[in-house]
Amino acid sequence: MAEPRVVIIGAGPAGVRAAQALVAAGLRPTVVDEGLRSGGQIYRRQPENFKRRYTALYGFEAGKARALHNTFDGLLDAIDYRPETLAWNIAGNTLHLVREDVADTLDFDALILATGATDRLLPLRGWTLPGCYSLGAAQIALKAQACAIGQRVVFLGTGPLLYLISYQYAKAGVDVAAVLDTSPFSGQMSALPVMASRPSLLVKGLYYRAQLTARRIPVHTGVIPLQVEGETAVTGVRFGTRSGEQMQVGADAVGMGFHLRSETQLADLAHCEFAFDEELAQWAPCTDADGRSTVPGVYLAGDGARILGADSAELTGELAALAALSDLELPVSGQRVQKLRRGRERMERFRRGLAMAFPWPAFLARGVEDDVLLCRCEAISAGELRASASQSGAPELNRAKALVRVGMGRCQGRYCGQAAAEVLADARGEALREVGRLRGQGPVKPLPCNIRLKESA
Amino acid sequence: MTGSGSQQATDVIIVGGGLMGASTAFFLRQRGHSVRLIERGLVGQQASGVNFGNIRRQGRRLDQLPLSNRARGIWERLPELVGESCEYLRTGQLRVSYDADGAEDLETYARDAREYGLDLEILGPETLRRRYPWLGTDAILGSLGPEDGHANPRLTAPAFGRAALRAGAVVEENTEVVAIEKAGEDFRVDTAAGDSFRAPVVMLATGAWAAPLAARFGEPVPMVSRGPHMGVTEPVPYRIKPSVGVKTRVPGETVYLRQVERGNIVFGGGLRNEVDLDAIRVYPKPEYTLHQLPLLRRLLPGIDRLRIIRVWSGIEGYMPDDQPVMGPSGKVPGLYYAFGFSGAGFQIGPGVGDVMAELIATGTTSTPIEAFHIRRFVSAGAPTALAPPVT
Repeated sequence: MAEPRVVIIGAGPAGVRAAQALVAAGLRPTVVDEGLRSGGQIYRRQPENFKRRYTALYGFEAGKARALHNTFDGLLDAIDYRPETLAWNIAGNTLHLVREDVADTLDFDALILATGATDRLLPLRGWTLPGCYSLGAAQIALKAQACAIGQRVVFLGTGPLLYLISYQYAKAGVDVAAVLDTSPFSGQMSALPVMASRPSLLVKGLYYRAQLTARRIPVHTGVIPLQVEGETAVTGVRFGTRSGEQMQVGADAVGMGFHLRSETQLADLAHCEFAFDEELAQWAPCTDADGRSTVPGVYLAGDGARILGADSAELTGELAALAALSDLELPVSGQRVQKLRRGRERMERFRRGLAMAFPWPAFLARGVEDDVLLCRCEAISAGELRASASQSGAPELNRAKALVRVGMGRCQGRYCGQAAAEVLADARGEALREVGRLRGQGPVKPLPCNIRLKESA
Repeated sequence: MTGSGSQQATDVIIVGGGLMGASTAFFLRQRGHSVRLIERGLVGQQASGVNFGNIRRQGRRLDQLPLSNRARGIWERLPELVGESCEYLRTGQLRVSYDADGAEDLETYARDAREYGLDLEILGPETLRRRYPWLGTDAILGSLGPEDGHANPRLTAPAFGRAALRAGAVVEENTEVVAIEKAGEDFRVDTAAGDSFRAPVVMLATGAWAAPLAARFGEPVPMVSRGPHMGVTEPVPYRIKPSVGVKTRVPGETVYLRQVERGNIVFGGGLRNEVDLDAIRVYPKPEYTLHQLPLLRRLLPGIDRLRIIRVWSGIEGYMPDDQPVMGPSGKVPGLYYAFGFSGAGFQIGPGVGDVMAELIATGTTSTPIEAFHIRRFVSAGAPTALAPPVT
C-alpha cells in the first residue's frame, strides 16, 4: 500500500506537534501554512533579519516557543513544508491551494485542521476609526515587527489576552493609557478555584496584572465601553465605570478583543458538522475526545477546534495525529493517547474557569445603537440588520445576509458574525442558537483573479 | 397559524415560493383572487435568489420575447408595485464575440429580434474600445441591448412575497407539501405539519423539484438539474455600467459579469455544478472557479488585479430545449405549471407571474405562451390517451 497522504493545515503549536507525531510514525506529512515562518500566532517568529532574543519576544513562554521552533526546524527534511500557502477550498479529498498566485491541488487520506483563532470582536461606536486594532493585531505588530499600534494606547475588551498584551506593551515602553475590562472583578475572583487546575497559568495571569498595577497603569474592571472617540482617527475612549460614572481617557490607538473565536471555515467547507456550545455562545465543529470530526479522515486540533490555548494546542495537535494514525491502521501507543486525553481534560476545566472569569458580553452587542456599523466590510449598520429581522422577517443569519449583506464581504462574517447573531437573536426575541450561523462559502480568504494553474510536470 | 388537520379553501394554491410562485401570488391578488403560497423553505431561497441577476431580453429565444417584453414593463414599475427597486438598473446588456461564428450569431439575432420590438445596437471593434475601455481587445463585435440591465436576485422574490402578503395572500414558509390530490372539483394539498388545504386551482412552481410532481399527474418531463457557478469580487469604483456576456458556440466558454453600484463585480458562466435535489444542496466545485478565471480575464483584463471574495451556486431545472414549462396542464383541469426556466427565468419572472395570474383568472393570455406548453414533451411518441384522473 502506498504511504498514506496526511496533510496538516497550520504551523502553530497544534500543527507542529501533529507533524512531529506523524514523522515519528514514519510518515512524510505535508504542512500547509499561510505564515511566512512557522510558529502560528502565539509563537509567531520575527523576520529572519530581526535579532530580538526569545525572552524579549515570548517572556515566560520563551522556552516553549524555542522548543516548538526547534522541533519544527528539525522536521524540515522529513516533511513537505509549504509556507505562505493558502488552502482556499476543499472538495471531497482534495485541497485547493494557492501560493504566489499559482493554484495547485493536494489530495489527502487524512487532513488535520490546525487553523487557529482570531479575535472575537464587538461593534462599538467609533470602532472603525483608524487607530482601532484587534488585540491580536496589536500583539502581532509588536512580536513580528517590533512596532506598537500607537504611542498612547488603550486596551479594551476581556479575556486573558487583554492583560498579557497590555503587559507586553508596557514592558516594551509604550504608554498604556488604561486597561478596560468588561468583566467584573468579582466574577474573576469566583472563577479562581476552577482555574486552579492550571496553577502556573493562573500565577502568570496574576503576575501580568500586578505588573500593570506596579507601573501605575489604570485597570478598570466591569466597564461598559461607550465609544471610541475621534473624528478622523482615535483620540480617546469613553466608558462607564462599575459605579455608574462616565470616564474618558485620551489615546491615539485602541486594541480591542473579547477573547477568541476559532477559524472554522475549512472545517465548514469540508462539511464537518457543527454544534452550538452554550458556554462559549458559539458554534463549534463537533469532535470526539481525540479530535475526529464528523467527516471521516478530517481531524481538528488546537484553537481552530476549541479555544483552549497554546499548551492545549500542542496536546490536541499530537492527539489528532495519533487519531489519524490509528484510523490509518498504523501503530499508536495507547498509553500516550490516555496521557494526552487526561491533559486535555485539565485544559477543559481551566477553560470553563476562563469563561466564568471573562464572560462574552453579549449585552454589549445586543445594545449597540442602530447607527453603529456592525459589518465593516459591507458597511452595514446594526439598524439595517434589525430592520431585516422585523420588516423582512429574516429568521436566521443566512437570510439576513441575503437581504442586507451582513457578513457578505471580504471577511465573510468572521469578524462580525458573532455580534450579528446576537443582534438578530435580540431583535427576534429568540435564543442565540435559533438564528444559526453563517454558512461557510469558498474561498476561505480572498482569492486573486490573476492566479494561474500550476504547470503539470 | 393553521391548526392540524384543518381544511381551508382559497381560489388558488401555489406550490413553490420562488420568483414565479411569489409573483403569481402577487398578481392574483391584484385580480382579487384568494391565494395561498406554500414554500418548503423561505421565499426566493433557491434558484430565484442565487442566480446571476441579468435583466436581459437580448439572447432569449424569439418566442420568449413577447413575455420578456411584458416583464420589462413590470421591472420598470417595481417600486410602485412591490415597494422597492430590488436594485434594478437599466444600464444595458452587452454581448460580445471573439470570432466570426459568434459575430454572425449576434448579427442574425439582432436582425430577427427587431420585429419583436427588441432593438439591439451592433458595435464594431473601434466603438467597443471607445465606449468600453475596460473590455478585452479580443472582442471583435458587440451587441448592445440598451434597455436591458441587471438587478439583485436575493431581494426580488422576497419582495414579491412580502408584497403578496401585504395584498392579502396567505404565505406559508417552512411548509413542506407531502401530497397533492384531485378530490372532486378541488385539489387537496397536504402538508408535513398535518394541514390540508383545498382549492379548485393549483399551480406547481417548484423549479428543479417539479418533474416528479408533474409525473404524478401523468405528465413526465425530461428535466435536468444543474447549479450555475457564480462568484463575486471585492468592490472597486463603479465603472462597468452594462451587464456583459460572451456569445460563443464553444461549450464551456460562456462567461458573464456585471458590476453592482456598490462596486463588486458579480460573475458566472463556464461549467455547471452537479446538485443534490434530495439534500437541497449544491457544492460549487473549486476547479470551476479556476476554469472561469481565464475566461474572465479575456473579457475584462483589469479583473486580474482584483480578488474573489465569495463563490456560490444554486439549483436550477433545465429543459432539453431551454424553454420553460409554463401554462395549463394538458391533462388535469385546474392544474397549472411554471417551472424549468433553464437558467434564464429571472428577467421574465415577474412577467410569468403576471401572465399566469391572467391565465388562471381569465382562461386565456394576451401574451403568447403556447411554445412553453408541457404537451410538447408528452406528445412526442408518448401515449396520447388521457391518464386516469389523479385521485
